[in-house]
Amino acid sequence: MKNICEYTAHEIHEKYISKELKVVDVVKAFFNKIKTDDEKIKAYITLCEEEALKDAELIQAKIDNGEEIGPLAGIPIAIKDNMCTKGVKTTCASKMLENFIPPYDATVITRLKEAGAIIVGKTNMDEFAMGGSTEHSAFFKTHNPINLNKVPGGSSGGSAAAVAGDLAPISLGSDTGGSIRQPAAFCGIVGLKPTYGLISRYGLVAFASSFDQIGPFAKDIEDTANLLNVIAGYDEMDSTSAKLEKIDYTKSLINDVKGLKIGVPKEFMGDGVNDEVKAAVKNAVEKFKALGAEVSECSLPATDYALPTYYIVACAEASSNLARFDGIRYGYRTSNYESLDDIYKNSRSEGFGEEVKRRIILGTYVLSSGYYDAYYKKAQRVRTLVKEGYEKVFENYDLILTPTAPSVAFDVGSKVNDPLEMYMADLMTVSINLAGVPAISIPCGKDKEGMPIGLQLISKHFNESTLLQAAYTFEKNMEV
Amino acid sequence: MEYEVIIGIEVHAELSTKTKIYCGCSTEFGGDPNTHCCPVCTGMPGALPVLNEKVVEYAVRAGLATNSTISRNCKQDRKNYFYPDLPSGYQISQFDLPLCSDGKLDITVDGVTKDIGITRIHIENDAGKLIHDVYTGGTLVDLNRAGVPLIEIVSEPDIRSADEAVAYVERLKGILEYIGVSDCKMQEGSLRADVNLSIRPVGQEKFGTRTETKNLNSFRSIARAINFEIERQKEILESGGVVYQETRRWDDEKGEGYAMRAKEEANDYRYFPEPDLMPIRLSEEYIQSIKETLPELPEVRYKRYVEELGLPEYDAGIITSSKLLSDYFEVAANECKNAKAVSNWIMTDIIRVAKELGVEYDELPVSAIQLAHLIALIDNGTISGKIAKEVFADMVETSNDPEKIVEEKGLLQISDEGAIKEVVDKVIAANPQSIADYKAGKDKALGFLVGQCMKEMKGKGNPQILNKLILEELSK
Repeated sequence: MKNICEYTAHEIHEKYISKELKVVDVVKAFFNKIKTDDEKIKAYITLCEEEALKDAELIQAKIDNGEEIGPLAGIPIAIKDNMCTKGVKTTCASKMLENFIPPYDATVITRLKEAGAIIVGKTNMDEFAMGGSTEHSAFFKTHNPINLNKVPGGSSGGSAAAVAGDLAPISLGSDTGGSIRQPAAFCGIVGLKPTYGLISRYGLVAFASSFDQIGPFAKDIEDTANLLNVIAGYDEMDSTSAKLEKIDYTKSLINDVKGLKIGVPKEFMGDGVNDEVKAAVKNAVEKFKALGAEVSECSLPATDYALPTYYIVACAEASSNLARFDGIRYGYRTSNYESLDDIYKNSRSEGFGEEVKRRIILGTYVLSSGYYDAYYKKAQRVRTLVKEGYEKVFENYDLILTPTAPSVAFDVGSKVNDPLEMYMADLMTVSINLAGVPAISIPCGKDKEGMPIGLQLISKHFNESTLLQAAYTFEKNMEV
Repeated sequence: MEYEVIIGIEVHAELSTKTKIYCGCSTEFGGDPNTHCCPVCTGMPGALPVLNEKVVEYAVRAGLATNSTISRNCKQDRKNYFYPDLPSGYQISQFDLPLCSDGKLDITVDGVTKDIGITRIHIENDAGKLIHDVYTGGTLVDLNRAGVPLIEIVSEPDIRSADEAVAYVERLKGILEYIGVSDCKMQEGSLRADVNLSIRPVGQEKFGTRTETKNLNSFRSIARAINFEIERQKEILESGGVVYQETRRWDDEKGEGYAMRAKEEANDYRYFPEPDLMPIRLSEEYIQSIKETLPELPEVRYKRYVEELGLPEYDAGIITSSKLLSDYFEVAANECKNAKAVSNWIMTDIIRVAKELGVEYDELPVSAIQLAHLIALIDNGTISGKIAKEVFADMVETSNDPEKIVEEKGLLQISDEGAIKEVVDKVIAANPQSIADYKAGKDKALGFLVGQCMKEMKGKGNPQILNKLILEELSK
């Protein structure tokens, strides 16, 4: 018999309907689990226990009243600490926002609250979502629940670890260059980066505006679809959100990939990829073939340029997005100043961590007069090439299949002093963000140490349905 | 040495949309500090801008009214710099693809008309306001103005003197008021000008080094700042010095300008396309539909005033230079059907009163309708022109209707011939010498007699009847 905290969200939902479980008991169970386990995992920065228990009573009253409830009603959820929650600290794991309490809710938070989801707390991350290991949090490192000596990945490491460590059944992360998919792969859970524009960014503290996208972490595809249903859709507060007809993603929970054309880009299976990862992915390819999909090799020739292109454009946007943290209106202000320039320089020097400063400096440099054309402008051109590369492949394929990350979760502290090595962990994920297409990471095996390996599926813009169907089929047929 | 002055002007005009450019907050001037604010215009983490479509419409109107080309495809860019009144650390403006470009306006100075080219018009957000607290010595930030929409109108360096500069800004202000996109209240800062100025010896082709004097918010300060800067640059060149490219500020109280920052200290704004906003794409139909809603422009009104209403060119020019004044004229002339009289009152009294009271033409104590009624009282012989001036003075003071003042003060004109005849007889009887003088050819005597009669009647006598009766008596 499973412990409450091991259930998926849809299992909990069924037990609410059948009255086997009460919302308050579920919420309490998760907080108890957090109290015992989070000392080691350290997924959460802030907990919302009081509010969560209050919300639990309200949802339970609805159930007791015989009201119909949606799949997320009464379901605990963890939120990455870069999404604004009214009245609850939103720190971005930065000293800069250590005591920042937003006066408003992000659109995704509003939608979750309307759906009756219960926010357990705010999760740790790399500061301002910059990093791939959650070691760049200004507060503490998060550990991988599968093996506490390993990183959970990042930047949404807290949200991934919360789900993998049974500290919440579902959670939200944000993905700018792989920050949902890579930690999902490292922690052995499902992580979806939706199409750019599918989910409102309003209230998501911006890292790189033209890449950032909020997405779900879950233990299975059904939970992923249910969570996506709640958060997806046009928002008039975000000009980059797409005005499309609402799709019911649970309709994609179909166990069938027959005739599906899947391409495996040779550029993603090269030397940089760990052998055990490669083997697991090849094994997945065989599984898809056995299930009736047509799998063949394809090519994304601009892949080699994706990483530098991503770091130029993302850092350029970040250097501007993070300018508002100036010590004037909110956030950290230095106590050491005599002039306005001192306030700016010292507040930002003391308030931001190394990695954030590194990216602000890089971004400022590539936008500077005299360098703009050589870096930013050229990078934008390459970005178009990358996007066109995907479009071309999707003329012949329904999906693209790659490893999510070139390796499994690495040891805590092993890469933290080598930024370039750390950036390489984004190798398989960043080009997806350059193109804006959706991608999902699902578990596809383990290495000999028992660390999870992630499989990445990519589809064309706004075709999350195909992505979810293929992932669901894989999940139903593959014993990982 | 003779120098040629080269001036280009950047005008910032606040658009009079009800809400801000990127959020739903009110643009109303004043209000307690930080009350017209939300997460977007205060630059809260995670907040995103959404472009107010009215801003695009207003900017397109301004473009069409200044003969500009409207871009079918443009974008917005971030201009990055740090300042406490700029909450997000960047202004959203337009860099290489402005909404409007290649326009022009004509100005007339000393009877000479010339075109001033308009390089571009783009949209952007205003910043907040810093208030220096005299009690604590600290600086406070009011973000009510942050996010108020602006258009920046950049002229070509076609302007050659302070007079031309003032004429250009006046002309531009007139147009923006006419098309209803900005209230152009310079004293509230909703229209302000930056002057780029250089001089070069007459005949030299190469431009001199220019300076930029920022934030001039009255015609007087524009003219004075320009003349100051011309003299300053002349002095430098004459003494063999070098003019530095710099940003300058004008102190209108002291009547002098001073350098704010040199070019080396200038910001590198690191413009790049605003990733939070989509490109702006405008259809032909959209632009056409805006064209159709443009109101009568000042030059069209000017022509109508001169050709159809018979106003002197000078008067028509003055009246049409301000939309508010021209609207005032339209209402009054339409009510009393005596355009020329309205024009005369405006030229002599209305402009003077507005200046004296320091009010806009829509805030005058005498409404256009009231002025029209006053003129009607003269035209139908109820009061004389002389009495009308008294009534007007009273109206300025009390804002009362002219009919009421005339009645209450008993200023009705006496047009009863019998009553006037009595006075005339009395005055003639009392002044035999004047009659003798008149008959001896001294015309001045007539004026004296009329004056004596008016004095008897406390100025209320109908002057035409009075004249007629005296002449009748004298010719006996």
